[in-house]
Amino acid sequence: MLEAGELECERGGRTLFRGVSFTLAGGELLRIAGPNGSGKTSLLRILCGLLTPSRGEVRWRGASVRRLAEEYSRQLVYIGHASALKDDLTPYENLDIAGRLVGVPASTEALGSALAALAVPDLPVRKLSQGQRRRAALARLLMSQRLPLWLLDEPFAALDTAAAAYAEGLIARHLETGGSVVYTTHQAAAIDSRARVIDLAAH
Amino acid sequence: MLDIARTLVWRDLLLALRRRSDIATALLFFIIVASLFPLGVGAEPNLLRAIAPGVIWVAALLSSMLSLGRLFAGDYADGTLEQLMLGAAPLGVVVAAKSFAHWVVSGLPLVLIAPVIALQYDVAAPLYGVLALSLLLGTPVLSIIGAIGAALTLGLRGGGVLLSLLVLPLYVPVLILGAGAVDMAAAGLSPAGQLELLAAMLIMAAAFAPWAVAAALRISAE
Amino acid sequence: MTTHSIKWFWFASPHTFYPLAGAIARICAALALVFGIAGAYVAFFVAPTDAQQGEVYRIIFIHVPAAWMSMFIYVVIAFWSALGLAMQTRLSAMMARALAPTGALFTFIALWTGSLWGKPTWGTWWVWDARLTSELILLFLYFGFMALQAAIDDRRRADRAGALLAIVGVVNIPIIYYSVQWWNTLHQGASVSFTRAPSMAATMLTGMLLVALAFWMYSIAVALTRVRCEIAEAQ
Repeated sequence: MLEAGELECERGGRTLFRGVSFTLAGGELLRIAGPNGSGKTSLLRILCGLLTPSRGEVRWRGASVRRLAEEYSRQLVYIGHASALKDDLTPYENLDIAGRLVGVPASTEALGSALAALAVPDLPVRKLSQGQRRRAALARLLMSQRLPLWLLDEPFAALDTAAAAYAEGLIARHLETGGSVVYTTHQAAAIDSRARVIDLAAH
Repeated sequence: MLDIARTLVWRDLLLALRRRSDIATALLFFIIVASLFPLGVGAEPNLLRAIAPGVIWVAALLSSMLSLGRLFAGDYADGTLEQLMLGAAPLGVVVAAKSFAHWVVSGLPLVLIAPVIALQYDVAAPLYGVLALSLLLGTPVLSIIGAIGAALTLGLRGGGVLLSLLVLPLYVPVLILGAGAVDMAAAGLSPAGQLELLAAMLIMAAAFAPWAVAAALRISAE
Repeated sequence: MTTHSIKWFWFASPHTFYPLAGAIARICAALALVFGIAGAYVAFFVAPTDAQQGEVYRIIFIHVPAAWMSMFIYVVIAFWSALGLAMQTRLSAMMARALAPTGALFTFIALWTGSLWGKPTWGTWWVWDARLTSELILLFLYFGFMALQAAIDDRRRADRAGALLAIVGVVNIPIIYYSVQWWNTLHQGASVSFTRAPSMAATMLTGMLLVALAFWMYSIAVALTRVRCEIAEAQ
């Protein structure tokens, strides 16, 4: 479903990687590996459509991602380094608005149970710890189970063991229902064994 | 798509409400700048009456320019901007919604308080309407065109001054037409021509500038 | 990315452009000298002394062509910018970046010669007439373009941001020009105007055209030399 063809990324005058190609079908897990600064986040953002590769193309179900624009982004959820939460709003408000902005408004109960499942307190995000913020960001995954593609940048960072296990469970369930997941990670995760790996150090 | 625009406007207004400093600073700056001129040029009533339209307009311009930095910076810093770029609505619509919310917070208060400033300058009563109308038409144009500068200078150091340098030449026609309309009325002539041109600028800016801003955002957010 | 199979794009590669740019730059530099001498000859020896302004008016032979070039170069920058954004060629962005300082220089020369002309003729060093004011705003547009590119570290973002700014600028220039014209008529302050210059005799026009051509050739030579420097640096 997701195809990457000969992707090359140039940032700040340096070529981070070249010749990255892969296909990802439903139910498959892909891990992007590589040392710091090798371009893992850049590759993920190229797959989102936020960054243009200096060479190569990304295709979704055969069509170029550039041409699909919103049609493509409506089918994915991207959780990056930054938690994408407004400091002055509560996690509930953040999640509610996020859902509406992607055209999939969620019910009060769904939002409430998602945040409860991740044990996120109902305070303005400003007052939450780093771990709580990451969990609040991950709550979006609970709202995005019907979206076929998940692009996650370091999803397990700043999570304690229980939360990390929960996140891995979410990913596993998503794969079972036919979704695809691409992720990057520094830490070893149990789910790594199921993943195919693209090692950017080799590109 | 309209739902998304409405959600975004509501979100930005809610954020501005929770951080009331944004509305206050734009307004206070406007008032302070307008109050500085009599201190600089002397309080001779005829002089003040003559320079009032220009001074009020320049103060509105400067205030609008200063508040532009806020338009995308917050969203850029916490990662929400990326999510907006991946949202279900075209980026141009997102930009239009944000610019509108920005204007409500930074431009509309100026329109409402301008008559008070005009009072300080002893502006003749019939001119208040033209002044308010010119600002009402002109300040949204400043927000929309300024958004281009804000998008281009996203995340750059020296952002504020650089933004002003980029945006001021583009502001000149609005300033000339806005202040000119009031001057025409003061001279006993009809300001209709200038006001109509301002309205035309507003329509053109609202129709085309959001796409330029969207392109600029994509360039800056890469 | 599509493979550049069209021959046209062969020249868009900086590597192949380098020797071509050198050749053109040398030719243009020579032409600039030729036109410059011809223009100076017409300006100082052929054109008659003006009845009202004496010899001082001869500064018009620099002022007007400089003003023409300042406008023309900005449009060319906008052209290269549009091309660069559409075709994703790095060379177009390099051309735009290389032309900007020269464009700013001519704008400055137009303003400076305007000021030098104004002092002996009308007694003031600066006149808020429509053309000078428009030139001043154009100078700000150039500065904005250069400052923006200087402030961005990432080359690709700098090129594309500058290109967008140049295009937005070029669209606004007619609007700025006409609003400044109208502003000038509204505020009939100074009764002087550069647009009411001594009527154009044919010789004067020839002189100005020659100087304009000299400036044009100079601009091309300088811009191409800058592009060559940039290409060399990037190696």
